[in-house]
Amino acid sequence: MSAEFYYGVEVFLNGLMAGVMYSLVALGFVLIFKASGIFNYAQGVMALFAAMTLVGLQTGQVPFSHLINATFGVHITHFGWELPALVAIFLTVLVMILFAFLVERLVLKHLVNQEPIILFMATIGLAYFMEGFGDLMWGSDIKKLDVGIPQGGNVWVENHTAFLGGDDFYGFYLDTLDIIAALVAIVLVTVLVLFSQYTKTGRALRAVADDHQAALSVGISLRTIWVIVWSIAGFVALVAGIMWGSKSGVQFSLSLIALKALPVLMLGGFTSIPGAIVGGLIIGVGEKMFDFLIGSPYLGGATENWFAYVLALLFLVFRPQGLFGEKIIERV
Amino acid sequence: MKLKLATLALSALMAAAPAMAELVYPSLSYRTGPYAAGGIPFADGYADYFTLLNERDGGIGGVKAKVLECETGYSTEKGVECYESTKGEGALVYQPLSTGITYQLIPKVTADGIPMHTMGYGRTSAANGKVFSNVFNYPANYWNGASLAINHLLDINGGDIKGKKVALVYHNSAYGKEPIRTLEELAKKHGFELSLLAVDHPGQEQKSQWLQIRREKPDYVLMWGWGVMNQVAIQEAVNIRFPMENFIGIWWSGSENDVLPAGDAANGYKAVTFHNVGNDFPVFDDIQKYVVDTGKAAGAGDQIGTVLYNRGLYAAMLAAEATRKAQELSGNAQITAADMRNGMEALEITEERMTELGMPGFGPSFKVSCANHGGPGTGAIQQWDAAAKEWKLISDFGPSDMEVIQPLIDEDSMAYAKENNITPRDCN
Repeated sequence: MSAEFYYGVEVFLNGLMAGVMYSLVALGFVLIFKASGIFNYAQGVMALFAAMTLVGLQTGQVPFSHLINATFGVHITHFGWELPALVAIFLTVLVMILFAFLVERLVLKHLVNQEPIILFMATIGLAYFMEGFGDLMWGSDIKKLDVGIPQGGNVWVENHTAFLGGDDFYGFYLDTLDIIAALVAIVLVTVLVLFSQYTKTGRALRAVADDHQAALSVGISLRTIWVIVWSIAGFVALVAGIMWGSKSGVQFSLSLIALKALPVLMLGGFTSIPGAIVGGLIIGVGEKMFDFLIGSPYLGGATENWFAYVLALLFLVFRPQGLFGEKIIERV
Repeated sequence: MKLKLATLALSALMAAAPAMAELVYPSLSYRTGPYAAGGIPFADGYADYFTLLNERDGGIGGVKAKVLECETGYSTEKGVECYESTKGEGALVYQPLSTGITYQLIPKVTADGIPMHTMGYGRTSAANGKVFSNVFNYPANYWNGASLAINHLLDINGGDIKGKKVALVYHNSAYGKEPIRTLEELAKKHGFELSLLAVDHPGQEQKSQWLQIRREKPDYVLMWGWGVMNQVAIQEAVNIRFPMENFIGIWWSGSENDVLPAGDAANGYKAVTFHNVGNDFPVFDDIQKYVVDTGKAAGAGDQIGTVLYNRGLYAAMLAAEATRKAQELSGNAQITAADMRNGMEALEITEERMTELGMPGFGPSFKVSCANHGGPGTGAIQQWDAAAKEWKLISDFGPSDMEVIQPLIDEDSMAYAKENNITPRDCN
């Protein structure tokens, strides 16, 4: 086989890896939609906020330091201590649980039994609030995120595959960070599927998604369920924030990764956890292979963003509910 | 009723009176959104310099300067809204800090008679003052930047880059596409192979582009990026083990923000610059004393000496110097936008004056003219020292290849003039 063939395989593999990264973002959307019927516009901002909080806690940054300094004329930025990554992650999870509690208390509680569009609009407001609040709390500078996950081309894979395509082939390039992200995603999805299908709380989550009032009538606490599901989505947002933030640093653009999740959701379905993964993989491979075979050689490149949506739309023509979505039949 | 009306009119007059005795500099800034990390230090530097002049010198020519900030979020639509909402406030000169906004404002500022300064960005051919009467892009533009990067490659290759492979990784926007034409001409002239790799906004995902670079193994990679695209590109270059010293960004891809997230691995990355780096200039002592220590800094005071803060400060200094020239030419301390335009067109920056301003060697000496709004187009190369966490100049400030650039400026500006029925001014 020629080197070109193996480079095609390399692009395919990297497409899978990119797909996993998209899936991590899509998972958060799916969880909340599945449990509450809300399309959470704020999911990307939650990833940003979680990552900012993680870096802030890890580096001992004083929250709201700009505000404190401007108000009281002092100059404090850091507490002077640094936390181990695992401790900082644990504390960030607690912050995201608190966030979920506050969202339920201040936003969702007042919107029980409202139309989905009202809840969607509420999450838009939440996203804008969180953007500003995150900046105010942790500053808008770009922060280096380092929780000890290695990144860069995996040398072992490169060395052990370099013989495949002759002198012009340098071995498969696979980013170690992407490999770790894939392993994390597998564990996360397995746990979430098991939780959703086989635990009492998981069944309650699905009951709430089907019908708020019916769930309430059988004694399920809607408010508790919402806190739980937003907490889990917050945790997923943290994982996505760590993986994406390790590549680019933690900055506002992290919130835009939600854009990469939309075609994944359209393709995989808004209610399926495995759908988010499969959808992500199809989108990742599809956009990378299209760019490799057609986009770069014939269209000037930069085709990935729009091609992901084209691919999702093509699937929608044949399965409007997405590959794994629930087919909803409403009687009129 | 009459009494009420008279009181209202008097109040309006009194409110308007202090506004008249000010020199107004709108700053179309972006402290929010995906490009905030770059927008904030620039806006801080711009505002702090005018605060320094107000606090230390009592303003410019005895008149206080007022910076009118308007948040654009780097959105072209919001930028135009900002222009429309501030132009009636006595605006002297606009700094849009966005090529997209610049393109939209060119016809507007020309119609309204207000000058616009797009230093190192915007429409490159605006350097032709015969066509673009109200737009200035001194001291350097994108095409100068492209040429300066190639000049550096010539320098490190003994003047011969024939057959070398150069890849341009660019933001897939009007900004990112600006250098392509110049690089194509330079490729013909010097015989290097140019390949183009577009990255879509915002640039968070660049795997395809860097796999292509890994496959094609270019000798050098140039980058025209902004925002997250820069940080991701540098990290991806590190990931594929591309030699950092062969990776050169334009000045908008060469700030601390761009290299710090990659840590030590970014060591050796280079960028083109049209002004000096660091805070080892007397003006920063004054900024500390009169602005930061008195609590009047626009930001937290922690950006002083960073690349983008320095650039904002440099832009403000050039605006202030043009104001002085305008005051001198018009004989009035309180100048109009038309006076400011004349001042910018007659601006002369000398090393002696830069030294007086506490900025010796900070930027080039140059003279603006009716025909040349683009300045000298000189620049240098800066390199990131990851251990010291600072940029260092590794070359002298040198000229760009105007033999290639000037015909392109003439061609593009004349095409614009034809499209817009503009009769070029006679500058003789």
